[in-house]
Amino acid sequence: MNAVPDRVHLRYVVNGEDTPVSFAPYKTLLEVLREDLDLTGTKHGCELGECGACTVLLDGQPVLSCLVLALECGGRRIETIEGLARGPELHPLQAAFADFGGSQCGYCTPGVIMTAKALLDQNPNVTRDQIREATAGNLCRCTGYLQITEAIEDAARVLRAERK
Amino acid sequence: MNAPTPGKKLEVVGKPRRRVDGRAKVTGALRFADDLSLPRMLHCKLLRSPHPHAIVEQVNVERAAAHPGVYLVLTNKDFPVPFGIMPVAVDEYPLTAHVRHVGDPVAAVIAVDEQTADDALRLIEVRYRPLKTISDPIEALDNPEPRIHEYGERGNIHRNQSYEFGDVDEALAKSDHVFEDVFFYQGNTHLPMEQQATLANLEGDGKLLVSSSTQNPHYLHRQLARVLQIPEARIRVIASPNGGGFGGKCDPANHEMVVAKAALVLGRPVKIGLTREEVFYQHRGRHPVLMKMRTGVTKDGKLTAMHLQTLLDGGGYGSHGPASTFYTGVLTPVTYELPRFKFEACRTFTNKPACGPKRGHGTPQPRFGQEVQLDKIAEKLKMDPAELRLGMVTKANSLTANWLNVGSTALDQCIREVVSRSKWKDRYRKQQYGRGLGLACSTYMCGAGLPIYWNKLPHSGVQLLLDRSGQVTVYCGATEIGQGSDDVLATIVAEVLGIDTGLVRCVTGDTGITPVDLGSYSSRVTIMMGNAAVQAAERVRAQLADAVAEKLEVLPGSLVFSRGKVFHPGNADGISFREAVEMAESKFGTIGAVGSYSPPKPPGRYKGSGVGPSPAYSFSACVVEVGVDPKTGWIEVPKIWIAHDIGRTLNPVLARGQVIGGVYMGLSEALMEEQAFRRLPEKLSSALVHKMPSMLEYKSLTALDMPEVDVALIEDPDPNCPFGAKEVGQGPLLPVMPALVNAIFDAVGVRIDEIPVTPDKVLRALELKSKGLAPRVGPDHFPSVPYPEPVYVITPEEGGDGKETKKEARKRAAAAVV
Repeated sequence: MNAVPDRVHLRYVVNGEDTPVSFAPYKTLLEVLREDLDLTGTKHGCELGECGACTVLLDGQPVLSCLVLALECGGRRIETIEGLARGPELHPLQAAFADFGGSQCGYCTPGVIMTAKALLDQNPNVTRDQIREATAGNLCRCTGYLQITEAIEDAARVLRAERK
Repeated sequence: MNAPTPGKKLEVVGKPRRRVDGRAKVTGALRFADDLSLPRMLHCKLLRSPHPHAIVEQVNVERAAAHPGVYLVLTNKDFPVPFGIMPVAVDEYPLTAHVRHVGDPVAAVIAVDEQTADDALRLIEVRYRPLKTISDPIEALDNPEPRIHEYGERGNIHRNQSYEFGDVDEALAKSDHVFEDVFFYQGNTHLPMEQQATLANLEGDGKLLVSSSTQNPHYLHRQLARVLQIPEARIRVIASPNGGGFGGKCDPANHEMVVAKAALVLGRPVKIGLTREEVFYQHRGRHPVLMKMRTGVTKDGKLTAMHLQTLLDGGGYGSHGPASTFYTGVLTPVTYELPRFKFEACRTFTNKPACGPKRGHGTPQPRFGQEVQLDKIAEKLKMDPAELRLGMVTKANSLTANWLNVGSTALDQCIREVVSRSKWKDRYRKQQYGRGLGLACSTYMCGAGLPIYWNKLPHSGVQLLLDRSGQVTVYCGATEIGQGSDDVLATIVAEVLGIDTGLVRCVTGDTGITPVDLGSYSSRVTIMMGNAAVQAAERVRAQLADAVAEKLEVLPGSLVFSRGKVFHPGNADGISFREAVEMAESKFGTIGAVGSYSPPKPPGRYKGSGVGPSPAYSFSACVVEVGVDPKTGWIEVPKIWIAHDIGRTLNPVLARGQVIGGVYMGLSEALMEEQAFRRLPEKLSSALVHKMPSMLEYKSLTALDMPEVDVALIEDPDPNCPFGAKEVGQGPLLPVMPALVNAIFDAVGVRIDEIPVTPDKVLRALELKSKGLAPRVGPDHFPSVPYPEPVYVITPEEGGDGKETKKEARKRAAAAVV
């Protein structure tokens, strides 16, 4: 028992910034983001890896932050919804979700946007089926998913145009 | 009051726009209840019963209270006053001494953090005396003892009622055909993505502030005052943006009462966030309903009468149950002409989480039954199901047998639209085995005509405040639950004042600073808040017009408010909206106005006629296409067509989203969603437990499962609605389930008379078919329910006055005439 410290001290790279963190060692990455860093944009819907609301990017890969031990993330790159906008301008995914009805209550939105970001980072030439498959782990009860898919398709178009 | 300005085209209404709260939702800036935190905040956890039915004989909290980091332990003794959303069903204590279902909370710990609170829960010693559990309505009818509640009709019957509009037996006896069917609709839950959370604290002035994921801050406000025994004026409730509601956040909840009490006792902020498992116990979802329909039809396909009987599984508490019970029947006559109608309904208590309002509230179940029965009727009469329906849709502004005013209707257009778009006439009954199309229709209210507690006050109030900066702030108690409530408010104000929605700031859902609005339920917000907003905005516009007219030396009525300007048609330069406000402020002082809305008085005057009336009804028609694999029973849904009579579309992006979201939820219910329970083995107490309180077990459709949805918004502006706009949040869910089931019949010729329709049921029906037996899976009989003598009301068509009549007296009178 004595070997377990009350708090651990690590450094993350959160949204591109070197970030010292201090937290109780049993915490998940989700809890540390929300409770210790006040990055409450990342949501929780189950804490059991079932809903996808807590999706963030860890070294560029989408992970369910409720299933990741915060202890394992020292020195790693973490991207959350708060870091997505380009200064005052929305990221194309954010703009598309807002304009095409991809977000209704908005609770699943940060998680599904981060999932979509990972997908489009890897391949902006995605098909509709690839989008549906990539987002199948992000539950949404409001939209019926179609406007989410349409928003991601639109953002992919914008991102492709930007790369040209 | 709700007509657009003469001479001005709509500039905001009907145009696709980013919703006013859209940016905050995509940046993560929007703070839901569990995102709130305050200095010195404590955390609350609830101890929930592992027994489904038990008396709490003793609770020993000493060890928990002494645990380091624990500040307070609460039990039933701290809450002598019960609560409940309906005045006739005030049956819940924040912490109970009589457990009615697994998960019913019996104690609470408030501690420095969640972990400590959780640890301390295990130190509370509870002595339970388990009671026999009642698992379903049949057991509830068979076992009047032990009683789950001491109130209600008798035994374990919560509500029991019977209404007859015209002599139904007589009409059935004269019908060419009488169809008798029994249907079952399984219960299911809302599954909002956001788990309920509440933060309570004392504000600087010492008043209690409760910020909560509630759809109905007004009703919560009243119930908090009741339970805490403090004046309402000393409590402020803020409805945090809801991460999905669907009805699940309508009831005031135990956890809200508990943290409010704790904050009062401790003088510190106290927060609770439910786990997903706890959300399943809070429930208040779709009632499981067993239904029997006896329907008379003429040989040319007109309805003569229906006798509808329903039996509801209410779960452990009243919740909205008295209303839910009515809703399993009262809207049935709104879609099709039904000269006579008898409706008997019974809600039982059982030892399961309480059922309540879920999207469609009580109406999806009978709608499912009726629309499947119509498919059977069409088949028997060798009529096209679309033609059968087109021949019987209700007429605009007619009164139904149960005295509801149909108002505007475009159901016939909706049917024709989906028939045309789906190429129904070329494909229905004409595809290969395993492929099918099914059609169904529905209706829903645009707001309940009566409030939940009796009063003569407005249902919605809106206040506007303008100043020389040109900004417009609109205050309303309505609640943004994702449906777009704030955007509707901004749209209406912007349209009336001729400005952009970006100039309108919405302050909503805060009982401390906004006028009362009853809440986000019964699809009431667009119509009721919207009409109040039109009134307030028109009053402000009149002030601005007076001031500007004086300056321009024209008549106030001649001024046009458009595109951020106020001008006389003779000179489109005009002046800017900001200047107009400045002139008005200079002339009149601070500029503001209020508006309010009360629905029209319903025509029915019999006891019980208050449930069902609405200022308007929306209508929907839907065609579902299926592929059914006869080997596995697997159902694939490639496409759904839906037409919704929306009156007028305020923001097409949001309206389409509501329709698709409703279709999604309906399809998900139809195919897989199930709030299921099981009995533990005898050695483990035989208790009844939730089978799957997790998202992994409780299946719902994903992005991969969702079919293409073709949405048609049919615009037929309703005079009772703001700019003619009707509801769209609930109606489009309703026809999906029966349309799916009807499509399965078209595909493989089997009838599944219950929801959900899972592959095993399809296989079972196909097996029956292959053996030459009736190819049907569904409930085999309807039990004998001791319904009371009906309240008898003569229909409008037969010259009634809307009041109850004694049936025997009427019969004697008729006999005397003969």
